[in-house]
Amino acid sequence: MWDHEIRAMASAHAVIAASVFVATVAPAVFVPGFSVYGAHLLWICSVSGAVTAVSVAVFWLLGVSPPTKKHTLGYKLSRLFRSCLYVLLSCLFFHAVVVLYGAPLIESALETFSLAVLLTCLTTLRCLCVLGPNVQAWIRVFSRHGAMSVWDTCLQITVACTLVGAWVGAFPIPLDWDRPWQVWPVSCSLGAMIGYLTGLVAAPAWIHYHRKQLTYKCK
Amino acid sequence: MKVRSSVFASFILTFEVLGVALFLRGFFPVPVKSSFSSKSRLSDLPAEPLAGGSPNSTRLPQPLFRRAVVMLVDALREDFVFGGSGRLFMPYTRRLVERGSAHSFVAKARAPTVTMPRIKALTTGSIPGFIDVVMNLNSPALVEDNLIWQAKTAGKKIIFYGDDTWVRLFPKHFMEYDGTTSFFVSDYTEVDNNVTRHLDSTLKRDDWDILILHYLGLDHIGHISGPHSSLIQPKLLEMDDILKKIHSSLVSKEAEGSLPYLLVLCGDHGMSETGSHGGSSEQEVNTPLVLISPAFKRKAGMEKPGVVEQVDLTPTLALGLGLPISQNSVGRVIPGVLEESSLRDQLRFLHLNGHQLSCLLKDGVPNYEKDAGFEQFRVAEKAHGNWMKLYLEGNTSEVLTNMGKKVLKQYLEALAAMSSALSKQLGKYDMYSMVAGMVFVFQLLLVLLLAMPEALSGAAAVDLPVFSSLISLPFYLLCLLLASVHVLVCTSAGSSCYFCSLSWGLVFAAVAFSSAMFCILISLLARRLPLAPKIHGKSPLKNLGSGWSFSELDVLLLAGTVGHTLSLAASSFVEEEHQTWYFLLNTLCLAVFQDVCRKYFREQKGSGDEEEHILPSKDGHLSAHRKPGICSEKWLALATPPFTLVCCRLLRSLNQTGVQWAHLPDVGHWLNSSEHKMVLSLLSAFCLVLIYLLVQRRCSLVSKVALALGLLGVYSYRAAVGNVLFPWQHSSRTASKGTVEARFVYVFVLGILFSGTKDLLRSQILTADAKLKSRGLWEIYSGLVLLVALLFRAHNLPVLCCCLLIQTLMAQFIWKKLHYDAAQTTIMHYWFGQAFFYFQGNSNNIATVDISVGFVGLESYVEVPAIFLTALSTYAGPLLWACHLVCYLSAERQRSPVAVSHGCYCLALLRSVPAAAYIVLVTVLRYHLFIWSVFSPKLLYESMHLLLTAGVCLFFITMEQSRSSSKSEGAKDSRQ
Ligand SMILES: [Zn+2]
Ligand SMILES: [Zn+2]
Repeated sequence: MWDHEIRAMASAHAVIAASVFVATVAPAVFVPGFSVYGAHLLWICSVSGAVTAVSVAVFWLLGVSPPTKKHTLGYKLSRLFRSCLYVLLSCLFFHAVVVLYGAPLIESALETFSLAVLLTCLTTLRCLCVLGPNVQAWIRVFSRHGAMSVWDTCLQITVACTLVGAWVGAFPIPLDWDRPWQVWPVSCSLGAMIGYLTGLVAAPAWIHYHRKQLTYKCK
Repeated sequence: MKVRSSVFASFILTFEVLGVALFLRGFFPVPVKSSFSSKSRLSDLPAEPLAGGSPNSTRLPQPLFRRAVVMLVDALREDFVFGGSGRLFMPYTRRLVERGSAHSFVAKARAPTVTMPRIKALTTGSIPGFIDVVMNLNSPALVEDNLIWQAKTAGKKIIFYGDDTWVRLFPKHFMEYDGTTSFFVSDYTEVDNNVTRHLDSTLKRDDWDILILHYLGLDHIGHISGPHSSLIQPKLLEMDDILKKIHSSLVSKEAEGSLPYLLVLCGDHGMSETGSHGGSSEQEVNTPLVLISPAFKRKAGMEKPGVVEQVDLTPTLALGLGLPISQNSVGRVIPGVLEESSLRDQLRFLHLNGHQLSCLLKDGVPNYEKDAGFEQFRVAEKAHGNWMKLYLEGNTSEVLTNMGKKVLKQYLEALAAMSSALSKQLGKYDMYSMVAGMVFVFQLLLVLLLAMPEALSGAAAVDLPVFSSLISLPFYLLCLLLASVHVLVCTSAGSSCYFCSLSWGLVFAAVAFSSAMFCILISLLARRLPLAPKIHGKSPLKNLGSGWSFSELDVLLLAGTVGHTLSLAASSFVEEEHQTWYFLLNTLCLAVFQDVCRKYFREQKGSGDEEEHILPSKDGHLSAHRKPGICSEKWLALATPPFTLVCCRLLRSLNQTGVQWAHLPDVGHWLNSSEHKMVLSLLSAFCLVLIYLLVQRRCSLVSKVALALGLLGVYSYRAAVGNVLFPWQHSSRTASKGTVEARFVYVFVLGILFSGTKDLLRSQILTADAKLKSRGLWEIYSGLVLLVALLFRAHNLPVLCCCLLIQTLMAQFIWKKLHYDAAQTTIMHYWFGQAFFYFQGNSNNIATVDISVGFVGLESYVEVPAIFLTALSTYAGPLLWACHLVCYLSAERQRSPVAVSHGCYCLALLRSVPAAAYIVLVTVLRYHLFIWSVFSPKLLYESMHLLLTAGVCLFFITMEQSRSSSKSEGAKDSRQ
């Protein structure tokens, strides 16, 4: 039924996954001694940047986001401004949640914030790309039976996978193995990344196998 | 037989406690102790064996050394002296080891490698079992027979400088002492200077026989920065200098003709690669032991040091100084030390050591006659007698020397065998009792699990096929089978197991019970399986699968319970269990938050568990037509989960617990430092006021007054003890024990409990008044709160305060409003209880149990109240939440009449699943490196918690009892 859309989604996800891969490998060429847990902050920065840039470009090219009614420059600017505001708020929100989970408040605040930025880039940014800065739509998508298109379902799956990945990533921290990937926030961001990649793969696959059962009511 | 599910759950839990008790008895070996609590005396020593003629002398041989200096360097690892870097770290010692007249060994310490048990091991020669460490938490002085006592009794003058653990263990034993407290771990210079400053004057004097020095600095450096830090080398060089100083002073004092000196350098335990200790890794266990004396032969180069047990030092020192070996010592004398004395004396020393070990063997080991070492010793003793006879006849031939050498060898073998038999006795598990206990617990758990659909049904009653299984044939066959297995095991494995030593009646009761349980289990299983009852067309199992749809919250609750149980298999997760609970609790709060949002933004449905904070205020128009009260309630309900999260985050930083992050600074320490006394006073006063406000609203007037006075009493108790300031107390009064104030509070606690019980009884017997009953319950709860407020340390009062606050808010806005069922509410209460157990500063380590609570309001140590108070304050968190659960569920009765029953069942299930899983884990991991340091304390905590939960469940039954009676009364009323 949505074969075309599923194909577009799969290719978009392949591009994003490839960008994540490049962002992990490329810095090793420029920065000597780069490794995922050796220079963790750098890795987070490069991956967040790559995911942001590629997602925005891909979704803009695909034209997934709902058509805007007005086309004035002022309206576009205000949308842009609101998007930036949402990104910032989402970073702060994730930071707060992570601190509530027990991250140190003052020391290693930079590490915590970098994790929050990564999570924002993986989740909130995607919401902004697909739904635009429209909170009503967000609430609709993230409530039960609220998805109205393939892209909404895809968004649900990737966001859930990312968050669960970050959540599971916290498990190895208390183990006394003294491994470099147990250092805060390496395991969590790795978990989030792995969850995100899983979500990228799982979403088209799941939709493909459930395309018969999926019915979306129209607006 | 139909049983209500609360009765059923309590019954199962009670028997599980018995099963776990049996398991514990098998798991913790009872230490081998001489049955006499007396001490070895010179006069009791055996005579020198002599074949034929009368024994010739009971005197000890001439001591080997005139004076001894024991230099104990805390956490001195073996490779600091003998390893490759030893030449850099301790050059002088190394030279002595390689070229001097010294013996060097690697002494193996036993776990727990902690200073106090190690000191006990070094002085008594026994291996303190884990149970010893637990039992002796509150009796500081060492009463067991020990080297220090023997030396003092023999009139030796002992001087001690160093760790004040010694001073507490041996009060009035030292002629001169200066204890340094090891409280400030960050200080590693002052602690050692405190010891060294006495050294010059002491070494000049001649009036002492034994000098003991215990240096703590190295251990502190280890704790701060690990064994590879740059601080290690200067510290070891300092230790080396001190050894050099002592050695040269001893050499210069050495007089012709008199006995030589003995200088001992040893460590109490090692240091792991992270700088801590307590476990049983190689680095923690291996310590150096260097004995220096002119009596020894000079060495001609570095040899590989031999391996001895740490406890071997005790008999060696005792014999070397001419003292009796202490009674419970399992060590054997180090033969190298004796080798320069005459053959007769050597044999005599070994004979004394062997005699002491054989006495201990007789006392502690059943059928000791069969022990190989014991037999060897008898043979050697006889040969010794023969040798003595020849010797006394004046025979001096080569044959005699060879014969003596042979006897010597026999003795050494016998000592080694006896010593290892004794040590093995300490590490042996009584597998049969353990398995029996495990089987009991698992049968019960399975019955509990299989009864779940019935127990959680609307009727809340379980139909147990007791009578049908009691008259069935399999029951009798099983009885027979189990009884024969029991007889078989007990006759074959020797009588060293506890379950075999029980009386026949008890064993038969256990066997019958177990077979009955097994039959019940089978018939329940048959009922659950789809093949048996096809009456209704579809099986109850299928019904279960389709009938229950899981929400996200259910998935989380289930996954959390299972995940936590599985996590107990890893030692790090046991050590850091609080992290697991905090993590789960946090996720729970977020999930609840999501549920709340769903409920209140139903039209648009809540978003995921993020982005809530930017919810638009446009929603206002939805609720605009509702009453403003509902609107404010909505916002309060929305604010409750975030508020709970913030509370939990604050409490989490109040007490840093666990192992890995235990050293981080926490708010509790900050509050307890003397310069923040004012803050602490204000905080605790504020908390007490808040506690009053939260608790009083559902109490009767009398209880209100009593509560207010009681809380005032709590504050004045804290002021009397010196924790907080009284506003009108200007002169700094000396801190008293606050006995009067504490007793004042106890009176009010008892008063409130009494008034609550009275209300309960009245509601039950006279009037079926639900309101009166819930008031009575609440009063009992508030009595508990008051008692806990008294027992908690001042900085822990916020924990109590937050506990009450969260309970109130959650009950008001979440549990009631969101229509969570009894099972969900119970699981949430249980999780909160677990988290609060750790919030109050507990951990899975015995050391965090606050024993001082046992003395609140008591002049001296009285066992029963002390244990009761300690248990109560340790488990205050889980208990308060369980009590709140009773109050909440019985208040919810109008909505769901079986809520209490369901809650009780869920609580029993929640507690028995981890307990049962844990005893299996512990059995599987019984040879794990951390079995004593990590897993065993946790086992004790688990069993204690199980016991308390059984008590709480019994309390549930009484609440439920009154429900049925009041219901029947209500039915009667309606009929009339
Ligand atoms: Zn120590
Ligand atoms: Zn230490």
